[in-house]
Amino acid sequence: MRQLLLWVGHTCNRLRILPQKRFSSSAASTPKICIVGSGPASFYAAQHLIKTLPRAEVDIYEQLPVPFGLVRFGVAPDHPEVKNVMNTFTKTAKSPQLRFIGNVTLGRDLSLRELRDAYHAVLLAYGADEDQELGVNGEKLSNVLSARRFVGWYNGLPRDTDLPVDLNVEEVAVLGQGNVALDVARILLTPIDRLKNTDITEHALEALSRSRVRRVRLIGRRGPLQVAFTIKELREMLALPDCITVCKLQDFEAVRPLVPGLERPRRRLTELLCKAADSSPSGDLDESKRHFHLVFFRSPLSFYPSPDVPHAVGSMKLVVNQLDGQQQAVPTAITETVQCGLVLRSIGYRSTQADPALPFDTGRGRVPNISGVVHPGLYVAGWLATGPVGVILSTMTQAFGVGRAVEADVCSGRVDASQARPGHTAVAKLLSDRGVTTVSWKDWERVDAVERSRGEKVGKPREKIVDVQEMLAVSVGAGGT
Amino acid sequence: MICCLVSKASNMFRLVGTSSLKCGTETTGSGVLHKMIVRGLHTTQNLAHGEYEWKDPETEDEVVNITYIDKNGNKIPIRGKVGDNVLYLAHRYGIEMEGACEASLACTTCHVYVLGDFLEKLPPPEEKEDDLLDMAPFLKENSRLGCQIILKKEYEGMELQLPQATRNFYVDGHKPSH
Repeated sequence: MRQLLLWVGHTCNRLRILPQKRFSSSAASTPKICIVGSGPASFYAAQHLIKTLPRAEVDIYEQLPVPFGLVRFGVAPDHPEVKNVMNTFTKTAKSPQLRFIGNVTLGRDLSLRELRDAYHAVLLAYGADEDQELGVNGEKLSNVLSARRFVGWYNGLPRDTDLPVDLNVEEVAVLGQGNVALDVARILLTPIDRLKNTDITEHALEALSRSRVRRVRLIGRRGPLQVAFTIKELREMLALPDCITVCKLQDFEAVRPLVPGLERPRRRLTELLCKAADSSPSGDLDESKRHFHLVFFRSPLSFYPSPDVPHAVGSMKLVVNQLDGQQQAVPTAITETVQCGLVLRSIGYRSTQADPALPFDTGRGRVPNISGVVHPGLYVAGWLATGPVGVILSTMTQAFGVGRAVEADVCSGRVDASQARPGHTAVAKLLSDRGVTTVSWKDWERVDAVERSRGEKVGKPREKIVDVQEMLAVSVGAGGT
Repeated sequence: MICCLVSKASNMFRLVGTSSLKCGTETTGSGVLHKMIVRGLHTTQNLAHGEYEWKDPETEDEVVNITYIDKNGNKIPIRGKVGDNVLYLAHRYGIEMEGACEASLACTTCHVYVLGDFLEKLPPPEEKEDDLLDMAPFLKENSRLGCQIILKKEYEGMELQLPQATRNFYVDGHKPSH
């Protein structure tokens, strides 16, 4: 009954919308639109397009055999409620207007030109998955890693499954003070019992259960007023059991008088930081606990090998910074050395140019665009368009906006949809000729079911499959229990 | 469409009972997980998230009339009832309020402005809601998360405004009419 009601509502909605606003010259044709990537930006843009262009066909191409991008591979395993959005995306994916084609890589299996020829409009939303390096000595030592790849490691991103992480260390330095930095610090400092019923990958859980990590330093080049993490994540850190947050009171002296004049979000965040500083232990630390240090006004100068494991990092030299009038970090002549057996770098991310025909700003690591429009017919959404900033609401708002831009261009004729395009038919032939195995939504549902059932056996919401070949095997009904 | 996309969400799990739903959806500060468990334990009849809002009021006493103001300023009067969650009520009537985390206080996609003096009539936000609101673009003094507003009789006449999308997303003067 409920289904029926929904369906009727759905149809009426479309009928109501249709006559008054859509279809001029292109009334008879089917606008064919493809989206590359299947994270939040992709699904929100698709959601808008199938709603406002009821005749359009929307095809989502995804590099991996599994959907959802950073919702699956970025969101921390101990934040399951954030992943509820997958339910909404699944509803979108089940629309008869939408087709999911997994295991297809733009720039390898298909060129941008081929997609442009097959579709009226191409929307790229493949994210920002390359991390920025520091460019300092010793960065190539083992156990100096990208925080984002560490996230991929514990979240089951196939390319990061074999990341060589050694947790047989006591001291960790996380470089950067954003939410990715806080996520990795939290995962390293969380009691293992709190992780074992999450969807964290088996190999990470096993490694974390043997971890010797006692201290994580979150190191920022500027001060408490410039942190990029958000208050919810900080509050979680402060509430971690058996973990003590340590700050230097003098870092907050200049900050306190400014607090009342700050905008609400920054004010509340800074108040919480000041509170953390006030309750920070003075004197000797309780060595039975783990410690989380917020370290401000420091930049890395170089990494040094460990005396015990010469190919691995053991310590780093930091320079002490001051803030200038523009609140930029300026190095002083003072340096200090800290122990660190593991370094996780989280100082920014960038997109890559998936295809040489794609206009690309190498300096900023993204595609030049105006509100998501590269030019009529080619669009970018999400972090590929904006750089890696913002929470899911920002991505949603931006992706809906790009969806509107595509819709406007199709309706106005700036994108000429009056001539039929072959869409997926042509692309499927190319992929088949090239021997590319593709994954449909039904195939993904088989993977999903197997992951859930494996998870159920060990008390987890799912046990993620981390190997592409196994994903492909399970997707066609082989090798799954 | 939004209602189709979202309101059926999690039919398969997260079951709640009719009798416990009203008390279950009151935000008591006891935490979302606890809330879900409470709902689950009192199950007499299985209802999914948002299912309660699809039931019409049984008596006039239950009715709470409120108005949503959409992104284009259109006023949409809705006949709700005591206990309705403002997010799921919006989904029932096709009003474009997302709810990415399904009312589990993990996102800000149901951000609304509460107009007039109704803001004072609402229970004050939990710390967690305030923390999330801090991340919402276009935060104002009267910002709340729709999923945390459960209708009471005294909210009769309440107006909830959805934040405008940023205008610079539109190209060539296109004005979306939805």
